[in-house]
Amino acid sequence: MNVNDIIKPENLVYSKTSLMNDRELSYCPGCGHGTANRLVHEVIEEMGIGGETIGVAPVGCAVMLYEFSNLDFVQAAHGRATAVATGLKRVMPDKFVFSYQGDGDLAAIGTGETLHTCNRGENITIIFINNGIYGMTGGQMAPTTLVGMKTSTSPYGRDEKWMGSPIDMTKLVSMLPGTYYVTRQAVHTPSAVRKAKKAIQKAFEVQKNKLGLSFVEIVSNCNSGWKMSPVKANQWMEENMLPYYPLGDLKVDGKLITK
Amino acid sequence: MSEIRLMKGNEAIAEAAIRAGCDAYFGYPITPQSEVMEYLMAERPEKRTGMIVLQAESEVAAINMVFGAAAAGKRVMTSSSSPGISLKLEGISYIAGADLPCVILNVARGGPGLGTIQPAQSDYFQAVKGGGHGDYHMLVLAPASVQEMADHMPLAFDLAFKYRTPVMILSDGVIGQTMEKVKLFDQMPRSTEVPQWAVCGNAGRKNRIITSLDLDPVKKEQQNLALQAKYQQMRENEVRYEKYLCDDADYLMVAYGASARIAKKSIEYAREKGIKVGLLRPITLFPFPSAVIAELAKKMKGILSVEMSAGQMVEDVLLATRQTPQVPVKHFGRYGGVVHSPEEIFEAFLKHFNLG
Ligand SMILES: Cc1ncc(C[n+]2csc(CCOP(=O)(O)OP(=O)(O)O)c2C)c(N)n1
Ligand code: SF4
Repeated sequence: MNVNDIIKPENLVYSKTSLMNDRELSYCPGCGHGTANRLVHEVIEEMGIGGETIGVAPVGCAVMLYEFSNLDFVQAAHGRATAVATGLKRVMPDKFVFSYQGDGDLAAIGTGETLHTCNRGENITIIFINNGIYGMTGGQMAPTTLVGMKTSTSPYGRDEKWMGSPIDMTKLVSMLPGTYYVTRQAVHTPSAVRKAKKAIQKAFEVQKNKLGLSFVEIVSNCNSGWKMSPVKANQWMEENMLPYYPLGDLKVDGKLITK
Repeated sequence: MSEIRLMKGNEAIAEAAIRAGCDAYFGYPITPQSEVMEYLMAERPEKRTGMIVLQAESEVAAINMVFGAAAAGKRVMTSSSSPGISLKLEGISYIAGADLPCVILNVARGGPGLGTIQPAQSDYFQAVKGGGHGDYHMLVLAPASVQEMADHMPLAFDLAFKYRTPVMILSDGVIGQTMEKVKLFDQMPRSTEVPQWAVCGNAGRKNRIITSLDLDPVKKEQQNLALQAKYQQMRENEVRYEKYLCDDADYLMVAYGASARIAKKSIEYAREKGIKVGLLRPITLFPFPSAVIAELAKKMKGILSVEMSAGQMVEDVLLATRQTPQVPVKHFGRYGGVVHSPEEIFEAFLKHFNLG
């Protein structure tokens, strides 16, 4: 095969989703945000719902998500994305609405909005990027930070005696009757990416069928905040984050998965 | 056919919201304005007009729901009272920064802190000077009767959409709780128009973004300049006020909302004694009727600003009258939940201008 054959459209095996533009991502190299952004847009494109979808961007490293997207977007205040999504969805029940939020946004300052949006069973999709740290503001402790983990505001490691233990929001929201599909995924390996994409697709299908709230956590790295190389960060994530935040479905078809 | 009913201010404004074609209400209970949501819930506006009513988990959530629904180009509103408005300020700043229209009702009560559930006008600064962070204003309407509570509702929506701005209806516990006869306007249809800027899915067009963020300071300054130009337009076109007995007046009272009602009575007392006092009642607090006050000041011997606060609006009256420094501008008001009587205002008036 010569180059001219390779670039023929029929030989194309993979291409960038048309729902993202050519602007350079603002994320650090190796960060899970970029992959997660892409998966959400791929799913929306494959489902053919881009023209009916409104995204809500958080405050956090994904604050500029709308800059990379060709979808309609609203940029919400820190933690309020699900309230904004609620407002959008309530007045446009037939459109697709999703929020995309980090763990500081969703599980600290926005905890109230997260729990109540889930509890009301708003027919939206929440994408939750859990990297155990505040990426954007330079690596401070998040509610999801593991015990013993060093951050700029827990320089001697998180001490659960006075800093509390890492909060498992995904488990919490799975307990609420309003959630219909709750799952925890990752995007650090090709197989994890494939699974995460399926989960995101399922989440949007739930919304399409008006079954209730779908919630997809993606355990991700923050190599900058963790002060590790991308490869090391993913290793560390597997060894430390995943035992505490195990991957898999927590609730399917409105029923808790008991392991 | 318009309809006459006996209603509380809070009920009248809720009914007016439905009739004005409001698409959605998001709120959280707080005295003295809980009747607004109670009335709406009882009326089932989703059956009457398709209007959505949702009780949020907090004022913070409510204003951000408003933000979302406003981004969709809908006519949306929230209501609260002072402590709840404080919580909404971050959201209001975002709404102003993103050029979105919405209506916010504040049935104000005494503060600071949890304060009291009794009426006050001590949220004037918060309402007209920004309140939240950043260089922004709301357009602020101040109803002084149950009738105006109703009539300000469609006006507020029209202004909100005309300028793509949050509009605050700054009422108080007196106007909210008073029962009066009100002539209700006819049901208006809910708008089916989708504004050119609204997000609702980008089918058939380029995507739209609603944001208050720009990391480029030069661009952000440009957006700020556009906001300021909008506020200047409001100052030029939207000043509203009522002049009462000003033509022959030697003294002027300036008062809005409940205080204006009470001041009118004290003006009667003055006139019985042969002292010619008039009233200028600002109906818009932002933009403030500075020009008309400046003009009136030229022929006055003294101006008394009357408000249920320690003296907030009086600062704008002072600014308005800086060309006439010889005319004394004084403040009177009871506050912290105490409503002044016409007698108290009259006494203060006599004392301030050495007439007693
Ligand atoms: C009201 C408010 N408080 C604080 C901030 C500062 N702030 C910006 S992003 C952020 C944390 C973001 O962390 P996370 O949600 O985990 O997202 P990440 O950056 O890790 O993706 C904070 C505290 C803000 N913008 N607004
Ligand atoms: S700071 Fe962390 S979360 Fe943010 S882009 Fe960089 S690696 Fe990703």
